[in-house]
Amino acid sequence: MRYAMVIDTKKCVGCSDCVVACQTENKVPIGYARDWVVEVTTGTYPHLQMEIRSERCNQCENAPCVRCCPTGSSHYSTGGIVLVKPRRCIGCGACITSCPYDARFPHPKGHVDKCTFCDHRIKEGNQPACVEVCPTRCMYFGNLDDPGSEVSKLLRQRRYKTLIPEAGTKPHLYFLT
Amino acid sequence: MKSRREFIKISALGLGGFALAGGAGMALRTALNQGMPGAAELTPDLTRTPTYCEVCFWRCAGWVYKDEQGRLWKITGNDDDPLCHGRLCPRGTGGVGMYYDEDRLRTPLMRTMENGKQTYREASWEEALDFIARRLKEIAAEHGPECIALFTHGSGGEYFSTLLQAMGSTSVAAPSYSQCRGPREVAFITTYGQGLESPEITDIRDTRCLVLIGSHLGENMHNTQVQEMSDALAKGATIITVDPRFSVVAGKSKYWLPIKPATDLALLLAWIHVIIEEELYDKEYVERHTYGFEQLRTHVRSFTPEWAYGITTIEPATTRRTAREMAAASPAVIIHPGRHVTWYGDDTQRLRAVAILNALLGSWGRRGGFYMPDRVQVPQYPRPPFPEPARTWREAFPDRYPLADLALASGICEASIPGATPECNFKAWIVNGTNLLMTLPDQEQTKEALRSLDLVVVVDTMPAEITGWADVVLPECTYLERYDIIRNSPARNPNIALRAPATGPLYNTKPAYWMAKELAVRMGLGDYFAWESIEEMLDWQFKELGTSLEEMMRTGVKNYPRNFDDIYFADGRDIEFFTNTGKIELWSTTMEAAGFDPLPVYTPHEEPSEGYYRLNYGRAPMHTFARTANNPNLADLMEENDLWVNPVVAGLWGLKTGDYVRLQNQDGIVSTFSIKVRVTERIRWDSVYMVHGFGHADRRLGRAYGRGINDTELMSRVHYDPIMGGTGMRGNFVTFILDDTGKEARS
Repeated sequence: MRYAMVIDTKKCVGCSDCVVACQTENKVPIGYARDWVVEVTTGTYPHLQMEIRSERCNQCENAPCVRCCPTGSSHYSTGGIVLVKPRRCIGCGACITSCPYDARFPHPKGHVDKCTFCDHRIKEGNQPACVEVCPTRCMYFGNLDDPGSEVSKLLRQRRYKTLIPEAGTKPHLYFLT
Repeated sequence: MKSRREFIKISALGLGGFALAGGAGMALRTALNQGMPGAAELTPDLTRTPTYCEVCFWRCAGWVYKDEQGRLWKITGNDDDPLCHGRLCPRGTGGVGMYYDEDRLRTPLMRTMENGKQTYREASWEEALDFIARRLKEIAAEHGPECIALFTHGSGGEYFSTLLQAMGSTSVAAPSYSQCRGPREVAFITTYGQGLESPEITDIRDTRCLVLIGSHLGENMHNTQVQEMSDALAKGATIITVDPRFSVVAGKSKYWLPIKPATDLALLLAWIHVIIEEELYDKEYVERHTYGFEQLRTHVRSFTPEWAYGITTIEPATTRRTAREMAAASPAVIIHPGRHVTWYGDDTQRLRAVAILNALLGSWGRRGGFYMPDRVQVPQYPRPPFPEPARTWREAFPDRYPLADLALASGICEASIPGATPECNFKAWIVNGTNLLMTLPDQEQTKEALRSLDLVVVVDTMPAEITGWADVVLPECTYLERYDIIRNSPARNPNIALRAPATGPLYNTKPAYWMAKELAVRMGLGDYFAWESIEEMLDWQFKELGTSLEEMMRTGVKNYPRNFDDIYFADGRDIEFFTNTGKIELWSTTMEAAGFDPLPVYTPHEEPSEGYYRLNYGRAPMHTFARTANNPNLADLMEENDLWVNPVVAGLWGLKTGDYVRLQNQDGIVSTFSIKVRVTERIRWDSVYMVHGFGHADRRLGRAYGRGINDTELMSRVHYDPIMGGTGMRGNFVTFILDDTGKEARS
């Protein structure tokens, strides 16, 4: 099983609902966020293009954060989700520095925090909070090992990209372009 | 002689209730200690409570969840709600922040004199309500009840509206009319005999071509419409966006027309010209349903795309191509009327052109165009009939705004200043859930009115600017802590939704229904609120609607089948429209009778002089008006507005992204605070842009105070729509002040 998220940049309006839904669902303290929105505009007025992306941890298959963690707190979980065991984390911040996506932050409780793909919700058969709330339905979550899953189908049918593929992290956030 | 009312900064007071601002946890403990209604409700459970959202006017239905500790945790959409389909927008998702905001109003406040200065003191509900009831009765006896006005923008307003009408006043105004959607309602009522409702009856889900004119869907988070636009895009619909700014939706459009500001009507007339001259209109529909086509054809003959090019800067080929694209999609095409449309003072005429274009393309009453809505008629709990008012709000403006069909917030404000219209001066205001200082343009007029009134009562959850002008401040509990009226939104199918309290009210706050009933009882008008409890009244209404409060607590939403199979017009059938001619009036007999152009005419608007830029403003998806800037969850997404500046302009002024500037408008008014510059290609060089609702000047708003600029304070020039009294706000121009003293002002 290989969990992945596919995000349609053509639909996303950048409203940040995914951000606040994650914050409330996971009780992320005010001032911190596990996901965020990036808007990139290119060109010169009036010849412009815009891409909007809802970004978060890429749940990399070759995760530098897991490799560099001195205590084994950062680890691979079911479906390839990269998780942090808060009790094992000493807050050294090596993972924060190693992540090319800047997806981790120091939680005020002393450990490092990041997106979990809402594994507590997945276990109950629900979608991650960000996917479930999105008003434009631009986000899809599923199992890449299942060729019949919506994420697999979308990646077969549509053009997509991943972020910083040259880092060799094998990310599992896919952006439809 | 009474002293004139001054603005009181609530922050200046060392009030006990306010001193407790120690975060939400502290707040909860305080409630427990004091044995307030909150305490009993705080039993730990994970059950969900139905609600509908109050963070904006769309009112999506959802569920409020509590965590293991019994604290409010999260709000999610109700899957059965036809407005949100289980998905709230960021504001609804962040609605918990309204409850946890430690800056909330906590107890009734009354204006008093202390050492020769006006200030507030805490009061009991008993004392505050006794005072208001007595003053209202005195004012009604002296000047007539008609001189009492209600401004409202929220569900609680319904109860105060009942109170006002029971007294004998119909002066109930919402800024959503004269500061927002009024012109389009009048335009569509004069054309089709029917308005656009809220939520709008746009059939975006099935459209093949959506035309947005200055409407930035996706940035304005009108949930149903954003969801349906996304569906339509996925199904291959074409979007045409007309906007001087490269909005988010412009980035998703097949055609973005970067129009010169204030020239939209010229483009609309050119589109109508092309549709008629190239015979692209729906001939059967126009012939069967419309009145005045020949006059229209003659009227637009000279409005060629080449004529419009010189005005709009949109190339003629683009105007033609987009007109043909609309016609190809007809009738599944929507020229979207927008929502906040009070721009330049000729807004009703611009929206008339929108209505006419839709009629030519046959989209009204057709799938993918505009559907015919249906809604539940919620039965009225038995009460006596209202007395006949001696005067109505309309008489405050003799001979002006003849086609206004709802009370004008700005008009009542003007008529509250002595001397304007002495025979129907307003003497008392009740203001519920609307921060008029940031809602009405021309702040000086608003302040002058506030100084002149005999009584100002403000009902709100937050100490916004308007609360500083009140004689009595009544703290309302948030929507998460109260029952409210039954939601019955117009939609494809009739539907109702329940709002129930997920927890008891924090602090010494109360629901609006309780306040209105208590006032009514004190004024001898208790018969208008004859119910024993709100639960009893709601249950009675629900049972009349074939359900019950108990069932609604479990479902939150109930959907009904349509009464008739008439969501779209049947082909080949005549329709009786509610207009003078019974037809869709391309040529408006109502406009002509009222002395206005029966067909829309383009008039040029003023342009910025050298060194000045048109002040454009809009919405951000995570904020509503000026009411959410202090919400901790939403402020975390966006804590201040920024000023969009074209790189060419930034180069001229030496501005960089991140610089702070103040703005000065054409009348010399300088913004109180400064704003962060954002240099971006997404804006034209003749205008600047900011999101409305920031730059709060009340220090009690701990997060929002002094963050960004309040666009409203720079709108000293208002272009009134002579047809219906809308306040055109986009004719103000600003220049930069490069020091950042405004930033210091907030520290």
